Amino acid sequence: MELAFNEETFRDDFTFRNSPHAIRRFPFPFHEDRYMYAVNIEPHVPGPKGSVYEFPIDVDEHYVSEMRDRALVLREDPLRCQALPHMMTAQWDLLELLMTAMARDYPEHFALTRDGDRWHWINRPLGLDQRFVFGDALTLPCEPMEYVTRQSQGDFALLDHRDGNLWMDAGMITTQADWSLDFDIGMNFFEWHGPVPLAHEMGVFERALKYLLELRVGSPVRRLNWTMTVNPRLDTSPERYPSWGPDRLSLTPDNIGRKLHLRVELQSFWRLPRSNAIVFPIRCYLISLEDLVTVPKWGRRLPRVLRSLPQQLVDYKGLTRYRDMALEWLARYDDGAATSPGGAPD
Amino acid sequence: MLASGIKSRPVYGRLTSNPQARSNIMVADAEGALAVLDMVADAPDGFWARTHILYVPGGSAAQDHGAKLAALAPFSWHESPTVPAMLPRLRALLGAARMGTQLYLAGTEPLIGEGIRVAGEFGVDHAGVRTEHRGSLARRVQCVHCKGITESVTMSIVPCAHCGRHLFVRDHYSRRIGAFQGVMIDAEKPGDRPPAEELYR
Repeated sequence: MELAFNEETFRDDFTFRNSPHAIRRFPFPFHEDRYMYAVNIEPHVPGPKGSVYEFPIDVDEHYVSEMRDRALVLREDPLRCQALPHMMTAQWDLLELLMTAMARDYPEHFALTRDGDRWHWINRPLGLDQRFVFGDALTLPCEPMEYVTRQSQGDFALLDHRDGNLWMDAGMITTQADWSLDFDIGMNFFEWHGPVPLAHEMGVFERALKYLLELRVGSPVRRLNWTMTVNPRLDTSPERYPSWGPDRLSLTPDNIGRKLHLRVELQSFWRLPRSNAIVFPIRCYLISLEDLVTVPKWGRRLPRVLRSLPQQLVDYKGLTRYRDMALEWLARYDDGAATSPGGAPD
Repeated sequence: MLASGIKSRPVYGRLTSNPQARSNIMVADAEGALAVLDMVADAPDGFWARTHILYVPGGSAAQDHGAKLAALAPFSWHESPTVPAMLPRLRALLGAARMGTQLYLAGTEPLIGEGIRVAGEFGVDHAGVRTEHRGSLARRVQCVHCKGITESVTMSIVPCAHCGRHLFVRDHYSRRIGAFQGVMIDAEKPGDRPPAEELYR
């Protein structure tokens, strides 16, 4: 399908919208009518044509506008992009991964030609044409991680592998669900997950870490995570909580269908070849309740899932103020019929 | 000892001498002096002659722990009025340190946090530093919004010393910053704040 880029915003007037195609391909994260933490990691293998899994790095209709939003975030707060000095090799690994995948899978939009270390990158949607020497950061306008992730949707955390743990030692984080790179940089896997309730006791992080430490080059894995966001706002950082926190009180039974969004993160994990680091892209997809219930199965399932959540999860995900209102709005879309297994539309 | 469900919260042990160390750097504040003095019984021969001590009396100034530390006859000895005033001396010692130097930190959590952070600048792995928490539970808190640090926080909710927002003090701790995270408590509904409780005295 021809990829056309929306002109839209994720702040102020919030003109973000999903096309019917984008709704259809939305990665609905609930495979059954309830939700609890699990180590739901699976191989990141190609999925059906048109799905968010068709290509390893998904570029969609929101690409150009998301990149513009990232630039706005960085202009206000450069601390959203940081790398500790020992991560330079991993930065180049990431640049290679993203450029080669985007050029291979979206040749009408991106092109990469390589002559030894001399690389030539063309990004047509953003109007960029850059020649540089791979491995020489001075030949790019900024460090390689920042350069390439200003051109790739989703947040990116670079994890150093040492002492049997993963250390978040670099990242580009501007579309996050309320966590701070500036605070968490340098933490290990257990530390940066410190605030998550229940999962530590369930042993989820021990098992997940064990799995990730075994990750091999060329065999990425993925999982979905989710929360909810009022307004289609990508930048729900703790830094800017004073500006988006009040949105939660703006919901009414009349506007909640339009304003409340399911926020799904497609998280993938890739071993990088030179640095042995792991890159952890966190790609955010947003869908309003109104759009979500156009898929009858999702309209039935979402209220059942929200009702099943333990209170600690409701609080941690920030749903406390509006869960009941959301359930009331969603109730009319649940006719009580059985739902099919898996997240895909029927 | 401090305990918490949050895994970013550091875990401290009991100070014990490293008999293999060729040189020791010992930093303490307030009642941390008592942790150092408790090492005397087990310290190997000549231990204090290979040891630098930096001490910040803080809230224990009246008890004159400093004189007892000086009486251990360490290789070098210095008393500083505050932790920030002590840090340049710690940097100088770490900058001149050779392989086989052991770092010890004893006292309040801000002292230990600052020591670990500064040691990290010199490539010292935090896991190799020997630590013991003594005395006050008061915290350093970083405002996640303006990034300013508020010192000596004992309450569950505290006004940021820099931007004035009322911050809820989370248990989430950054070793790199040496501080707990403070997040605006009434961002959603300005003025809607529970009463602050004294939790970290």
